[in-house]
Formats: sequence, C-alpha cells, structure tokens
Amino acid sequence: MKYNEIVGNIVSIDRQITKKPLDYKQILSKYGKKKFITILGKMIKNRFLDEEIIQLIKEGVAIHQHPTVGQEASQTVAFSLLEKEDYGVPNHRGWGWAIGKGLDLKRMMAELMGKKTGYCRGKGGPYLADRENNLFLRSGIQGSYVSLAAGIALGLKMQQSNNVCLCLFGDGSSNAGYVHEGMNIAATSKLPVIYFCENNLYALFTPYQETTSVADIADRAVGYGIPGYIVDGMDAFAVIEVMTEAIKRARNGEGPTLIESKTYRYEGHTAYDKFSYGGYRSKEEVEEWKKRDPITLFTQRLLEFNLLTSQELESLKEKTREEIKEAVEYATQSAYPEPEDYLEQVYAEKEVFF
Amino acid sequence: MTKEILTFADAIKEGIREEMQRDKRAFLMGEDIHISNCTVTRGLVDQFGKERVRLMPISENGFSAAAVGASVTGMRPIVEIMFGDFILVAADAICNQAAKLRYMSGGQFHTPVTYRMSLCGMGGAGAHHSQSLEALPLHFPGLKVIYPSTPYDAKGLIKSAIRDEDPVVFYEHKLLYPVKGEVPKEDYLVPLGKGIIRREGKDLTLVSYGYMARLSLEVADELAKEENINVEIYDPRSLRPFDYEQLLKSIEKTGKLIIIEEDTKIGGVGAEIAAMVAEEGLFLLEAPIKRIAGKETPAPAGKYGNPFVIPTKEEIKSAIKKLLSKNK
Repeated sequence: MKYNEIVGNIVSIDRQITKKPLDYKQILSKYGKKKFITILGKMIKNRFLDEEIIQLIKEGVAIHQHPTVGQEASQTVAFSLLEKEDYGVPNHRGWGWAIGKGLDLKRMMAELMGKKTGYCRGKGGPYLADRENNLFLRSGIQGSYVSLAAGIALGLKMQQSNNVCLCLFGDGSSNAGYVHEGMNIAATSKLPVIYFCENNLYALFTPYQETTSVADIADRAVGYGIPGYIVDGMDAFAVIEVMTEAIKRARNGEGPTLIESKTYRYEGHTAYDKFSYGGYRSKEEVEEWKKRDPITLFTQRLLEFNLLTSQELESLKEKTREEIKEAVEYATQSAYPEPEDYLEQVYAEKEVFF
Repeated sequence: MTKEILTFADAIKEGIREEMQRDKRAFLMGEDIHISNCTVTRGLVDQFGKERVRLMPISENGFSAAAVGASVTGMRPIVEIMFGDFILVAADAICNQAAKLRYMSGGQFHTPVTYRMSLCGMGGAGAHHSQSLEALPLHFPGLKVIYPSTPYDAKGLIKSAIRDEDPVVFYEHKLLYPVKGEVPKEDYLVPLGKGIIRREGKDLTLVSYGYMARLSLEVADELAKEENINVEIYDPRSLRPFDYEQLLKSIEKTGKLIIIEEDTKIGGVGAEIAAMVAEEGLFLLEAPIKRIAGKETPAPAGKYGNPFVIPTKEEIKSAIKKLLSKNK
C-alpha cells in the first residue's frame, strides 16, 4: 500500500483489503480524558528523553541508544494501553516501550548509564527489564522477541490469566526465522499476544523493500491465519483504535493479531549514524515525514476535541523537562556496581563458577 | 526403600511423571512427544492431557525461546529437543536467552527450564543426528549441564533439574535408553553438581560420563580380572557445575588421570577437565594426563564406521596399560 492510502486509516488484511476510516467519536467514548492526556504525556516524555540522551551521547556519556523520535504515536502509544500486569516484550528501538509501560525515569536513566540503582543493577544497560511492570528483558537478538512473547502468552493462557502480551518488533527483524516460528506457535494455540511491527522503512541502513518480500508486512498474517492490520503509525488515535481491538481479542481468547504500524524514525539508526541524512535516505524524505509529526498531530486533535488546553500542554512539557533533568541528575550521581556485583545473578546460588 | 528395575528411558519418564504430579506448573513441550522417538515421554499425554504435553512444530529455536517466556510467567517447562544436534538450531534460545536472562535483568527474571536432548555417535544416524555436543553449552555461564550414566542417576537428576531455578541442559545418551538398573520408587533426588566414584581403585583415576562411563566400567572390571589393574572411575554426572573436589581427591590417591569422552578432543569436555586439573592439581600427578576422545571428524553414517572414530574398549584398555607401564 502507498503511504498516503493509510493516512488516518486502519486497513485490515482479510484477503479483500478493506479500508476503515477512523471514527473519532467512537474512540473517544472508549477512554476518558485522563487516559488521552496520560498518553500524550508519555509521548512527550519519550521525545524529550530521546533528545536528552542524544545530547548526552554527544557530550561523551556512554549510553547505547536507538532513538525513537518520530515513532511516539507507534510504540509509545501501544505500550501505554497495557495494564500493569500485562506483559510487554520490547525490541532494540526504545524507550517508547519503557515509558509506555510506566517505568520510572530515574531508574531507567541509571540503568542506561550502567549504574547500580538501575532496574537491572547496572548489568543490563540498554537491555532494560522491569519485573514489577512485567516488562520483559529487551533482547539484543532480532526477532527473538516474537518467540519469547509466544511463550509468555502460552504461560498466561495455561494459567487462565486474563492478561495479555504485547510484542514489539521492526520491519528488519520481521524477516528472522524466529518471527515465523513464534507466530506459528502463537497462532496454533490461539495465544493472547499482540504482535506489533513498526515499519519505519529502514533496517539499519537498508530500505526494507530491498530485503523484504512484501510491501506490507501485515500481509504475512494471512500465512498464520490470524488477523492483520496496517495502521497509520503517525496517528495516535489510529494506533489506540487498532490496539484496543487487538487487546480485546487477546483477552477474549481469540488469539494473536499482527499489526503493522507504518512509521518513521527522524534520527539515525543510532546516535552515531552519520548517514541518516543523505546516506541511505534523502533529507527531503525526512522533512516530508516530519510534516505529520505524531506529537503535533495528537496535540492538535486533543485541543480540537477540547480534551486539552494550551496551558495544560505547556505545564505538561515543563513538568516533563523537570522530570528528565532530575532523572539525569539521579543517574549521574548514582554509583557504579562494585566489582563483586558483576559476578552475581549468574545462577540462583551465589557461586557456581564451574 | 522399595526398588524397581527400570530402563534408563523409563527412569527419566518416571522422574518427569512424579514432578508433573507434584507441581502443576511443570509441563512438556517438544516434537512428537506424545509418541516420542526416544520413548521417554511416551504415554504421558494419557495421564496429563494435551494441555500439559504440548506438541511443538519443527521450530527448535522458536519453542526453546517460548519455554523461556512461559517460565517467566511461573511455569516450569520441560523441553525435549529430539536430537542433541539440534541444540545448534536452538542455540540462541538456550545460550543467549535462557543462559543470560537472570544476569542481564539483574536477577529480576529467571528461567527454570529443563532442556532434554539425546546424544551419541553410535547409532549410525550420521553427522546431523549423532554428534556429541556436550561441550557447547558448557561455555555459557548461566547454564547447568547434566549428563547421567545410570537409571538411578537419570531419575534423580531429572527431578533435580525440573526443580532447579536455573536453565538446565540435560543430556541422554541413546545407547543408555534400554539399559536397566535399580531405581527407588520413593521420592529421591540426585543433586546437580555432585560427582560420584563409580568404582574404587588405586592405580589410576579414569574420568568419564554418560555411555562412556558405562563402557569404562566394563573395561575396568576386565582389567582387574585380566591384568590385576585397579582403575578408579569418577563419573561427574554434572559437567557444569563440575565437582572437582572429589576428582582431585581421587587423583591424590592414584597420581594418574585418564579422561574418556565420546566428543571430539579439541575444545571438548576433556580439555576443560585436563586444564582444571593441571591448574589445581598438577603436583598430584605422577604422569601426564591422557585423553581418549572421538576423532576429529563429523560422525560417519552407518554403524560400520563408528568404531573408527569413537573410543572403543580396546582403545581405552591399551591407553590405560600404556599410561601405567610408563610409570613402572
């Protein structure tokens, strides 16, 4: 599908492609004002945090980062729709999933800097995890998430839990064998999992069409006999709508859903990517996507629907800036783990070296 | 204690059955496990149903990772990988995901999964179904690696593995499956990480595990009768953690060490044992360490070729005699 065909739309893959224009009234009726403001707050927090981290990296702070700037209506919104006990399985591109799932900024920043006060005691770094919010460890192996998430959903189903699992992966990793294996397992046993594929058009420096057999990754849902959707990943409302439906399906025991979110990263693959403007894509292309900035778009709609005032927006931004500043301070001042801390948590027992 | 005579395969089955009865969270996943090539899980579906004996697609990496996922929700998956060779297919799930989850998450998540798989180069099934790959998972801190040689140990160890809070790779040698032995009917455990002296002797310490431990035992008995040579046999049972304390005590007594393994020699389990003994107990030794291992080839197809690449009784026997004669 051409990008302009999905703007403001959710397109379902049911062999005969049907368009479904957004019904804002209906979406608004599903959640209260508070929820929309929370989601906007998380999107803003995500943007500011990413920008702050990019700045810190430029200043020489060692943080491993794959920026999410531009993808806030996509992964950040999707993870914001989970309950605390629902599981989230992230991929490398963050930290929208972490903020969406409700992680604490201070402990996040501390972990990213490898400090002892971080979520993983400074040993995970970018491989964030939070047991309390059921955010599973971010894996560094592309596509592994899809099989890991199938297992989490299997465990939930076997224990008759009402909770679901949301799994994030990208257009690049959609081609991994791990993805096929996990989706087949999830589909076969009708597991409560939502597969959320962010198609930001580039797998590192390679345009996804060069290495992907389909134009729309959602088409692959047909091969697993599960519903597939393409959603405008720059439009928070569209993501809210399609995610709400997929979560409902999963909770009702109807099995997995594959959602392809068409989105775009403004920044490079990492903060060190020198080729992001003009190496493998044009500056014009980046500027074109920025015209439909997800945060601007969502903010405009919320203002339009009288769910937000300009004053509220300003104070939200101010509060977020303050929060990030505090988090960076907290992380910077926190201590690194002691040498012996690096030898722990290998096994349940303290010392099993051989 | 009431005892029964069970095959190695049935001993593992009974261990799994008891643990699944004891703990509702324990369940089986794998390919064809309702019928089970190796017979270990055959029939368990009749007792526990398809919910707890879950058939998996031919996706070893996918379902080995799914087991990690299921375990973090509180389940205790027992995964069968039909042939140990397929650990290479599932290596990411086992070595990257399961092994590292506890450490990377700073202890927030852990993954109590048991990965069972058969090994052996003597069935004649060739290079993709008969390799000995026990050295591979040894290289990953976070994993425990178990390799029993008797029905008693197999049952006690599989029960410990299922109850363990860490991911365990549990190897079963195909030629051991029909071997019979006494197994208690009552609940008992064999702890992970504890070796055993299988046979006492004063002349030489022989380390071996799995089927090779059994073969070595026969060799030792024959040598005692034929040559009046008394070989002490140490079976570590767990390759990681490895119980070196008992091994070093044995070497202190005999002064000589020979290691028998079916796996290839370079970078193998024997190499690790030899290195550890050299580091910790070099001056206990009166002679150089000797390793008898598989030849540096993939496993040949057909049973005819096996004796040319895998240690035989004759090879072990002559190596022992040679090692002892050098020191006379």
